[in-house]
Amino acid sequence: MTPEKNIISPRQDSRGLDYSREIDSKDLVFVNIGPSHPAMHGTLRILAALSGETIVAAVAEMGYLHRGFEKECEMHPYQQCIPYTDRLNYVSAIMNNIGFARAVEKLCGITIPERARIIRVITAELNRIIDHLVCIGANLVDIGALTNFWYSFNVREKVYDILEKLCGARLTSNYIRIGGVARDLYDGFEKEVRSVCRDIVQAVSDIERLTENNRIFLDRTQNVGVISAEEAISSGWTGPTLRACGVAHDLRKAEPYYEYETYDFDVIVGTKGDTFDRIFVRMYEIKESIKIIDQALKRLAPGPVMTDDKRIALPPKIHVYGSIEGLMNHFKLIIHGITPPKGEVYDCTEASNGELGFHIVSDGTQYPYRVKCKSPSLMNYAAFARLVEGGMIADAIATLGSINIIAGELDR
Amino acid sequence: MADSMVVTILQQKGIEGIQEIFHEHELCNVIVQPDEIRRVMQFLKGDPDLKFNMLIDIVAIDYSAYPHGKQARFGIVYHLKSLAHNMRLAVRAFLDEARPQIDSIHDLYNNADWLERECWDQMGIRFLGHPNLKRLLNHKDFIGHPLRKDYPIDRRQWLEEPDDLMDEMERKLLEKGIRLAVRNERE
Repeated sequence: MTPEKNIISPRQDSRGLDYSREIDSKDLVFVNIGPSHPAMHGTLRILAALSGETIVAAVAEMGYLHRGFEKECEMHPYQQCIPYTDRLNYVSAIMNNIGFARAVEKLCGITIPERARIIRVITAELNRIIDHLVCIGANLVDIGALTNFWYSFNVREKVYDILEKLCGARLTSNYIRIGGVARDLYDGFEKEVRSVCRDIVQAVSDIERLTENNRIFLDRTQNVGVISAEEAISSGWTGPTLRACGVAHDLRKAEPYYEYETYDFDVIVGTKGDTFDRIFVRMYEIKESIKIIDQALKRLAPGPVMTDDKRIALPPKIHVYGSIEGLMNHFKLIIHGITPPKGEVYDCTEASNGELGFHIVSDGTQYPYRVKCKSPSLMNYAAFARLVEGGMIADAIATLGSINIIAGELDR
Repeated sequence: MADSMVVTILQQKGIEGIQEIFHEHELCNVIVQPDEIRRVMQFLKGDPDLKFNMLIDIVAIDYSAYPHGKQARFGIVYHLKSLAHNMRLAVRAFLDEARPQIDSIHDLYNNADWLERECWDQMGIRFLGHPNLKRLLNHKDFIGHPLRKDYPIDRRQWLEEPDDLMDEMERKLLEKGIRLAVRNERE
């Protein structure tokens, strides 16, 4: 791709010369950070121009984990797209399942049973908690606070034990189905969740006590990677990173779904929009999620977990083997799949990193005509290069951890 | 409902360049003429009753295989959100196959820069006036635009030359008043 004609190349432009600056270009050292550097969390790369240890300019690159999620969806029936969504934000896979399933449900115009909605709320909040725990733990270990990593990953593993029992997999759970959830909760789920919630509260307060008044931690995070509210909004930031700038915007409150408006929880906001705020917004959001889980568990009443809409849900096996209609229904769904009506839909949910949206175009067949995933990480990463300019390399690492880029979601 | 409010406000204001306003799946959509996109976006962002201050996403769609077709081969959708009024809007434009291009809005929203690059990369839509219309997800030497319907899913390309990113770096440094001398000598 050649640059546009109207851009003056630095070689032709002499205006750069009359700018008086202490830094001469000969003093600059160019360093690639990533894509395979342990501190760059996966596959992120920035090229930094360093003057001493200060980043004068940075250019971010992405795409190392690009695997064509959107194209792949066009080749698969709707129900089979769900496992692909697991691999978007693999730290909180169920939330991606929910985002996609909700968009298809909106397209088909169906509502899911109450028990399925509550199960989705509980599993989504559990996923939000582990996502935040990973972010906090990894961020703190990047800036040298190793103990917190054990505290957060310890309870994270306990949550994964529950999810594994529930769906058979730790990370790529593939638990949500269009029209409901794959299977009902197991016996003793409620008790285990309550017990793990107590452990999480304990772990979070342990981390809080270790960091809150820790001089080194405060120096490393306060006023580091600061972004103003206006800039964050213009950069399309959503979720905890936007709230850390003091903008009280949460889709669970602003555009409630799954009866989130009836749950009692607070939107956590920061004041400065620095790394410290982003870490602590997440920390307190874990506690709010636990409040939601607690209320949701009380609401759990027996009932179906899958819609009875014949266009969407497979009939119970007793009908498949016992009646001609059930058998036909089963084969029709297996062979022709879910066929939403022609149209376009955009639906978004509050995922752990912000607004996760799916724009789906249906042409009336069993394959989506076009799927576009709006990933919150992309917006965060687009602003990252500007965020680290003027700081040191170590600050860049602290900032990167706090905006929690998940490469699977970023590169799709 | 906030969504129907948008329709009323838009109809009252009668913005030039808007061809059609319709509602689909709880979302207000407007179709604009491609030439008017910048003016419409500026209005939507600046108007105190609308204040669409957040660009959520830019979606490009290739309608070439869509049953009964659409007005043109390419469709482009800008998803906007107004935080002040809690409203959403989808601004659509249709682009001809012969001229898949539209004015860039990178100076109105910070994230439009990368979103437009993604649309160029995946769908081959040119954004006029974009300062750095490079591929975003794919490699710089990639040929074709993978999300177009005529790009087969199994077409693979062997690309091994890494991108040194110095073209972007040069521009960035120049903005900061630093001219890269080293590179000039080499060439």
